[in-house]
Amino acid sequence: MREVYLDNNATTPVAPEVIKVMAENVNLYGNASSMHGFGRKAASAIEKARGHVETLLNAPGDTVMFTSGGSESDNNVFHTARTLIDEGSQRKTIIVSTIEHPAIIETCKDLEKNGYDVRYVGVDHFGVVQVEALEKMMNDQVLLVSVMSANNETGTIQPVKELTKVAHSYGALMHTDAVQAVGKIPIDVQEWDVDYLSISGHKFYGPKGVGALYIKKGVPFETFVRGGHQEGGKRAGTYNTNAIIGMGEAARLVMNEPAESREKEWDLRERLRKGLLENIPDAVVNGHPSLCLPGTLNISFPQAEGESILLMLDFEGIAVSTGSACATGSLEPSYVLLASDLDIELAHGSIRFSLGRYTTQDDIDYVISKVPPIIKRLREISTR
Amino acid sequence: MSTNNSAWVYTDTVKEHFMHPKNIWDDDTYQPEGEGLVGSMACGDQMKVGITVKDDKIETLKWQTYGCASAIASTSMMSEIAIGMTLEEAYNLTPAMITEKLGGLPQHKFHCSVLGDKALRAAIDDYLEKNNRENPFRKNVAKIICECKGITDQRIEDLVKNKEATTLDELRDITQFGTVCGKCRFKVQQLFDEYKHIYNV
Repeated sequence: MREVYLDNNATTPVAPEVIKVMAENVNLYGNASSMHGFGRKAASAIEKARGHVETLLNAPGDTVMFTSGGSESDNNVFHTARTLIDEGSQRKTIIVSTIEHPAIIETCKDLEKNGYDVRYVGVDHFGVVQVEALEKMMNDQVLLVSVMSANNETGTIQPVKELTKVAHSYGALMHTDAVQAVGKIPIDVQEWDVDYLSISGHKFYGPKGVGALYIKKGVPFETFVRGGHQEGGKRAGTYNTNAIIGMGEAARLVMNEPAESREKEWDLRERLRKGLLENIPDAVVNGHPSLCLPGTLNISFPQAEGESILLMLDFEGIAVSTGSACATGSLEPSYVLLASDLDIELAHGSIRFSLGRYTTQDDIDYVISKVPPIIKRLREISTR
Repeated sequence: MSTNNSAWVYTDTVKEHFMHPKNIWDDDTYQPEGEGLVGSMACGDQMKVGITVKDDKIETLKWQTYGCASAIASTSMMSEIAIGMTLEEAYNLTPAMITEKLGGLPQHKFHCSVLGDKALRAAIDDYLEKNNRENPFRKNVAKIICECKGITDQRIEDLVKNKEATTLDELRDITQFGTVCGKCRFKVQQLFDEYKHIYNV
């Protein structure tokens, strides 16, 4: 059976080049913190990888810390804010958007439960955080603002640079979760001027279980994982050498990728969008029509439920994801789609197609041929 | 979730009923003698059941479902079980009977199977009402939830369905549930939430 993987926002396949480099270094077993030759070899490979990641983010040297992934990077930033408040900071308010990843939303809920002041900035009906909306919420009590660079479900790109300006004009720190954005749109921590930025290796064709946090020089930072002097004392834990090498190579590949490959991804996404809408005219595209990651297409199909669509596509070898409640096990559909005021029924019928580096036109045409009969079938069964 | 990762998340029987559902109401000419509709699209699942009755037995049953694979397969299986049953048997059909025949559902999917039998019961209620007949089955299927005050699940269901109790506080004011020993409070709350979901109130 033909297999088409359109769930690249969940995770990407590891690039063949990355697999090769990781295989070559798989037995680089020395502890990178050891002084002997074995350790130094590992340490030098790690520093090379760090250089690649720093170049990818246009970050100055010694500003990127390796972590276990995006969730840890995010948690570390909020742990820093929490510690600052605990230690008597005059600023006690944290502002995040309503469409953040659960790594941030859940962390904020926990902070709220423990009495911290967390406020949520909403989005417009395209899922974009409005700069004026943030401005209205700002005051000199705000310690940290965190808004993701691009949303995982809709692909909508956020105005991070402008939001950062607002946060800074009130003296607040700015974090952005760039996990979905890295590798898909250019990221420049100096141009954006953010104070913290999270990334994860497996979202841009690197291995899982490794990520990084950019920490601007001179901003507050509090250790989250304690117990050793690794990463200049910022994060304990023996280096995951091979994964770090893999992520470094993945970063290098992204930098060497011509801009046309992103255009090609967008063209395929547009081909899919047009192909689906032609056959299913009442389908609704979610998120911003142009401020969108090149490979993400989130569509709602009225009168067809998302989990049913997902499973029927799975029978055809097509992998996608859904914002339907049934797929999550709760009774509530995607909070991201609901945050942009999407009709709740449409949220139940939402499907996210996320294309990637290896998606071909044949893949897209296959999907365009398979989706409409499935929607038709489910509508025949449906209560209409 | 299935423990076998390469296998499907559902059993083969669920898969069969999802991919090839039985007794679908896809024919506009179908003339049911009783009809029931429960759930809502906003909740993510809605079911419609139509029946015809002969000699007090379910002669035909057709259905429509908006929902996930569990919901579709559950309604399909329900239709197979119910056809040929006496009205009384059909009225007593439970979600457990459906899920058992399906070979089980993942834990978090059980709530998807509770709409099928409810829609069927609503269709039987409708059939009896249209024929001006007493409904002898209703009280037999009622279960006592609050023993101290003698409150049944059906009483709670009716109060929610008819929007007489829109909050748990209102339900308590009307029924006085949980005001003596308090043992039933959690169970009542669960039922209350479930009925609210089912009747979309």
